[in-house]
Amino acid sequence: MSAAVVTPYTVPAGLMDTLQVTVLVLVAAGAAAVVLTRRLVRQVLVLGAYGIMLAVLFLTFQAPDVTLSALTVGAVALPIIVLLAASKTRKKEE
Amino acid sequence: MRPALRRWVFLAGAAGLVAFYLWGLSGLPGFGNYPGPYGPAILRIAVAQTHATGVVSAVNFEYRGFDTVGEEFILFTAAAGTAIVLRMLRGERERPPADEARDRDVPPTSGAVRTVALMFTGPVVVAGWWLASHAQANPSGGFQGGVVLATAFILIYLAGEFLTFRRLSPTAIADAVEAAGAGGFAAIGLAAVCLGLPYLDNFLPLGQIPGAVSSSGTIALISFFVGLEVAAAFILIVSELLEQTLLIRHGGG
Repeated sequence: MSAAVVTPYTVPAGLMDTLQVTVLVLVAAGAAAVVLTRRLVRQVLVLGAYGIMLAVLFLTFQAPDVTLSALTVGAVALPIIVLLAASKTRKKEE
Repeated sequence: MRPALRRWVFLAGAAGLVAFYLWGLSGLPGFGNYPGPYGPAILRIAVAQTHATGVVSAVNFEYRGFDTVGEEFILFTAAAGTAIVLRMLRGERERPPADEARDRDVPPTSGAVRTVALMFTGPVVVAGWWLASHAQANPSGGFQGGVVLATAFILIYLAGEFLTFRRLSPTAIADAVEAAGAGGFAAIGLAAVCLGLPYLDNFLPLGQIPGAVSSSGTIALISFFVGLEVAAAFILIVSELLEQTLLIRHGGG
């Protein structure tokens, strides 16, 4: 571990731990919520919200690059593609 | 298998999984502890060597550029695969959705959705362009920028302008841009080879100021091409799916 560097953005160590644990718990709850949501359209919305939570998780772990990727893929690209695929397969069932 | 027996099998399996998982976790290095030599070495030399202050981009497009070419072509292949799977098959034909119910009007998109979607289109284009062109300066990159750029087109679709969406992103142009993006990345690598350097070697001037938009040579250029490729690939995938959903019908009737 490198020595602690104090910057204007330094927060007390305990506070950051609390934030990280909180977001980890939220992500776990969000993942469960995605699986437990039964209706497809609603599930896609929950999936998008879960994607944003995951992005926040990466941000609290100081990975802004991964945050941006997670945001674009998890909150934008994946829900759109799932929604479109769902709408296509539903058409077939008619 | 009886339900009771099945539950016992599950419980035994779950207990074993938990035990192995905890055993594995107990052997992990401490939280936040990175024992490898690679990270500290990169942190020490990257900015001076590449003039890119976005060190993640420097790793992606320079030190591990060869890996990124491979990843680039994963997306390229995925888009091509989607286009092939979703092509119009024999026995399918294109038919505008209005035919489905001639006597009913298509419900108009609500004013609120239209306003918000169109209001965000401009800022989203700027954000995407900024992300794709500032990989060398700060945490961003062609991939994120490309997806954000593609989102602008999807917002136009959301605003109820499917025809505008189609006109703005004709498949032929999106195909060409995707190919140019993926090919451009590979070509930058080959250009270095032509100059007698290793594949993907940074042969362009690095600029005077580390982190400036014009700095870091091929890193910025590659990020730009990646942005083009990703935006086009994503637009292609979405428009293929939209056409499947909205236009292509089964049977000849």
